[in-house]
This record gives sequence, structure tokens and C-alpha cells, in this order.
Amino acid sequence: MKVLVTVKRVVDYNVKVRAKSDGTGPELGNVKMSINPFCEIAVEEAVRLKEAGVATEVVIVSVGDKSCQEQIRSALALGADRGIHVEAEGSLQPLAIAKLLEAVVDREEPELIIMGKQSIDGDNNQTGQMLAALTGRPQGTFASKLDIADGKAQVIREIDGGLQTVSLALPAIVTTDLRLNEPRYASLPNIMKAKRKPLDTLTASELGVDTVSKVTLVSAEPPATRQAGIKVASVSELVEKLKNEAKVI
Amino acid sequence: MSILIVAEHDNASLKAATLNTVTAASEIGGDIHILVAGSDCQAAADAAASVAGVSKVLVADNAAYGHQLAENLAPLVAEVAGDYSHVLAPATTSGKNLMPRVAALLDVDQVSDIIAVVSADTFKRPIYAGNVIATVKNEEAIKVITVRGAAFDASAAEGGSAEQTNVGAAHDAGISSFVGEEVAKSDRPELTAAKVVVSGGRGMQNGDNFALLEAIADKVGGAVGASRAAVDAGFVPNDMQVGQTGKIVAPELYVAVGISGAIQHLAGMKDSKVIVAINKDEDAPIFQVADYGLVADLFEALPELSEQL
Ligand SMILES: Cc1cc2nc3c(=O)[nH]c(=O)nc-3n(C[C@H](O)[C@H](O)[C@H](O)COP(=O)(O)OP(=O)(O)OC[C@H]3O[C@@H](n4cnc5c(N)ncnc54)[C@H](O)[C@@H]3O)c2cc1C
Ligand SMILES: Nc1ncnc2c1ncn2[C@@H]1O[C@H](COP(=O)(O)O)[C@@H](O)[C@H]1O
Repeated sequence: MKVLVTVKRVVDYNVKVRAKSDGTGPELGNVKMSINPFCEIAVEEAVRLKEAGVATEVVIVSVGDKSCQEQIRSALALGADRGIHVEAEGSLQPLAIAKLLEAVVDREEPELIIMGKQSIDGDNNQTGQMLAALTGRPQGTFASKLDIADGKAQVIREIDGGLQTVSLALPAIVTTDLRLNEPRYASLPNIMKAKRKPLDTLTASELGVDTVSKVTLVSAEPPATRQAGIKVASVSELVEKLKNEAKVI
Repeated sequence: MSILIVAEHDNASLKAATLNTVTAASEIGGDIHILVAGSDCQAAADAAASVAGVSKVLVADNAAYGHQLAENLAPLVAEVAGDYSHVLAPATTSGKNLMPRVAALLDVDQVSDIIAVVSADTFKRPIYAGNVIATVKNEEAIKVITVRGAAFDASAAEGGSAEQTNVGAAHDAGISSFVGEEVAKSDRPELTAAKVVVSGGRGMQNGDNFALLEAIADKVGGAVGASRAAVDAGFVPNDMQVGQTGKIVAPELYVAVGISGAIQHLAGMKDSKVIVAINKDEDAPIFQVADYGLVADLFEALPELSEQL
């Protein structure tokens, strides 16, 4: 079984991003970039499927400018077999990314696609569901467990009320939640090996996809700041403040 | 302009988040219709028809929609959506699962998780874990949007008398099926609708100690939440997680106990009206957003707090 895993290059989750002072967008100069944490979990899951003998090949795909090859290499160092870089400039909306991925899916015909549930920069939570719609495949979103058997994917999904189990006909699309697994660290030899793994580049025009969007960023601002609070010395002072000052109990 | 809201319901009643979405729709302006798609869902449709401000309820009652599988529901919503300028759903796990699939079928982009309506085509939404608020313009003919419940008041559940019509053929894609569900049962209010939320983090040490938080929640009619670390450590189930990738809450009072205040956690609770933090580390970042901070060992503070409430 061929598994396709999507990987997005994003600002590292430890960085506290701020709006630029001129309000034109987030300040992204000189910040640490990483694989989106949910995509890292997707890579780990695919590699485990390969180690378990369920997957035969793990292909990584990332859409973005040249620099996202760095994240593809990181995914290869975690155990994936080869990479596909879809070269595209600027920040694309999820629908355009899903269309580019659809074109890759048409070429690669994977039986399973594992994606992150959400990119932690745009916080969209859209691309997997959109790709599922475009390809007419079932979707197992927010997965905390994945089992492949008898041509089906059984997915336990994290939902607001608890957990839901669905069964999906393959080929299917699964998006990861944090509890699906704990990604490994790449070893130095594997990082070296990853440098020699194949990495192909495609462009949006080669794939015949129009990436223009009707959703545009008008401005970006910092969130409302909270008034600095106070420290209370005791539980009784806390209760008194909540009753008489804040009046919330 | 008319706006279609995809109801969140359990076939018997409407979920509260639907009412917050109605308020967002009324800020956009125009006729508001609600789609209730489910199986044996007449009771939920009746509830939708009595929501104030709603003029029409579209009912799609079919076994294929019973478990809200996106593969079956999305073609229905896309089919009905053609008559509308906006299609809205709550940004809950079911809205997040369904709406991008609808948007892609309609070949339009989606705007996720709006927290404010600037005009009929311009909205505010948090990005980068809420550290930046983006204003985005959506010029699609049909605007597909999910709405953050915590950012809009609930509209009145009573007072309306919308007409009801049946819509849509049954779509059964036949590629996915529901196997089962493990739904947490609790007598406490729903996390996203509670006036008070008492949350515990890794500092709670284990699941049993959450009883200390439950005792406090019960005294003030509140709900109990958790940080991701507490969920990951297996103290409590995932449905209690508050944060960037969990539930977003904005209660009157949020009490964070044994939670350090990582940006991902703050993203889910920093719009609460009053924040209390109890932490033994006086430098914990949670204190930077807390209105009232108590530097204390939680195992001493919580029993005392419970007693004094
Ligand atoms: C992609 C991604 C998404 C994430 N999404 C979320 C999310 O949605 N929600 C979320 O919460 N996290 C999320 N996280 C995790 C987040 O980064 C933090 O790891 C997590 O919030 C930490 O939880 P915590 O504060 O309970 O634990 P810790 O950071 O370990 O803090 C424990 C705190 O308890 C205090 N403490 C310990 N013992 C006591 C005691 N006896 N009395 C008083 N205080 C005590 C300590 O001083 C400390 O401050 C996400 C992470 C990633 C990478
Ligand atoms: N530019 C991209 N390249 C590769 N995968 C992406 C890209 N953007 C989004 N994805 C995938 O889609 C998931 C959800 O992203 P989003 O819809 O932006 O929240 C991510 O976790 C990735 O797996």
C-alpha cells in the first residue's frame, strides 16, 4: 500500500508570533520554521505502517516555496521514502492547496493519505476535508487511532462529545490529532541518508491548477490585551475578590 | 441576502452552538434559514423552528444523515447552498469536519472560526494560536464560514415560529460508515456553554485528583476542563481539552489550576471575562493573563477554596 503524507512548513510552535506594527500581516522575519506538528504525527503514523508491513512506500508532499524542501528532508529523515515538492509562491488558501494535492494524488494514486488536522499558522482545519471532497474519498478527521484491515481504514476520531469510530473504504484520507502517536526524533545517520533520497519538484502550472483565491487578508492586528491582574495572598482573599470585586460568584 | 445555517443537533434537540451561530448570522443580516439534516430529527427541526430570528427550517430526515457523516451530508448541503449568499455552521468538531467538504464541492474557499462580523463579506478570525487577529475579505459568491461560539452570544431558543419544508434527496455515498461512539456523560454544563470553567493541568498529578476540581465546579454550577498535558497523560478524556486545538471557551470565570499557561492553552481561554490562576510557580506564564493569581500548592488551596464557596 502506498501512503501519501502531506507536510507543511510553518513557524515553530514555540514561537509567539506577533502582528507587524503596520498591520499588514504577521511578523515572520527570522523566526524558526518547522514541520507543522500535526504533519509530523502524520509522517510518524505512515512510517509505523511501513514498519508494520502494511505500507510499502511512504511519499511526502509539500506545497510552498523552495524552503519547504527542508521540511520534506526532515520527513525523509524520519523514515519516509521519497518527496514531492510542489513549488508555489506566496501564501495559498486551503482550496488551492487541496487542488494541487489532488493533482498529485491523481499521479500517485495512493491508497491512504495522512494529513495534519490543522496547520498551526493559519489554524484553518480545511485542507484534508477539501482534498477528500475533490477526490471523492472518505475522510477520517481528528484521528487518535488508525487501523488498516480488509481494504478499510478504521479511525477513532476525537470529537467534542468524546470519541467516535468510523470505518472508511480505501482509498481514504485521515487527518491526525495530537494523541495519534508521539513522533520519533531523526537519528544522525538517518538525516544523512535522507539527503540522498529522491525529491521531485512540480509546479502549479505543470499541474494545471489555478491558485488565485477570493479570500484575502485585509489586515492583521494583535489580540485585545488583558489588564494586568493582581496576586492574592490567600484563598479567602481570592473568594472575597471574586464575590465583591469581580462579582462572578 | 439569505443565510443558511447547518444545525448542530442530536436529532432530538439543538446543540447550543447553533444558537451562537444564529447571532453571527443576524450580524451579517438577511433572512436566516436553518438546515436540520438527521435521522428521526423532527424534534430537532421543531426546536430550530422556534429559535428567534429564524424564518425557515429545511428538514432532511433520512437514515443516511443519522450520524452526520460528512461524505453523505456535504453533497446535501452543497445542493441546498445554491440559493444562499452565506452558509454557516458552528466551529465545533462536526462543523469543522463537514464545512470544508461542502466548500470544496461548491468550489469556494472557506473562512474558518470567525470571531467577529465586520460586514457581509469581511470577518475577523484568529491565526497563530490567537496571537494575531486577521481581518479577511471573502468575495466568493457563496460564503462558507464556521463560527466560533464563544465569540457570539446565544440567540433566544424561543420566540420564533419558522415554517418547515422538506428538502433534498438522500445522499448515501456508501464509502464510510459509523461504527460506534464513546460519549462522555456528565450532569455538569457543557464546557463551551458553562458560566464557570475550572480546569486542571499536569499539576493535578492524576485523574483522581480532578475530584478536587469537580467539587468546586459543582458548588458554582461550572464545568471542568483540562490542559492538553492532562489529556495526554491520561488523567481525563480528550473532550475536556481547552486550547488552540481543543475547545475554545469564554466563561464569566475561568480557573486554571496547575496549568503553566502555554500559548496553545491560552488560545482557548484568554477571552474569559475573569481569569484565576492557582500555581505554585510564581513565574508561570498563566499569571500574565490572570486577573487574580494565587501562588500556592493546589493540594492545599483547592480544599480550602471548596470549603469557602
Ligand atoms: C500543535 C500543538 C497543539 C497544542 N494544543 C494544545 C491545546 O489545545 N491545549 C493545551 O492546553 N495545550 C496544547 N498544547 C500543549 C501545550 O504546548 C502545553 O504543553 C500544555 O498546555 C501544558 O499543559 P500544562 O500547563 O498542564 O502542563 P505544564 O506546562 O507541565 O505545567 C504544569 C504546571 O503545574 C504547576 N504545578 C505543578 N504541581 C503543582 C502543585 N502541586 N500546585 C500548584 N501548581 C502546580 C507547575 O508549576 C506548572 O506551571 C499543544 C501543543 C502543540 C505542539
Ligand atoms: N502547503 C501545504 N503543503 C503540504 N500540506 C499542506 C499544506 N497546507 C496544508 N497542508 C496539509 O493540510 C493540513 C491542514 O491544514 P489547514 O487546512 O491549513 O489547517 C496540514 O496539517 C497539512 O498536512
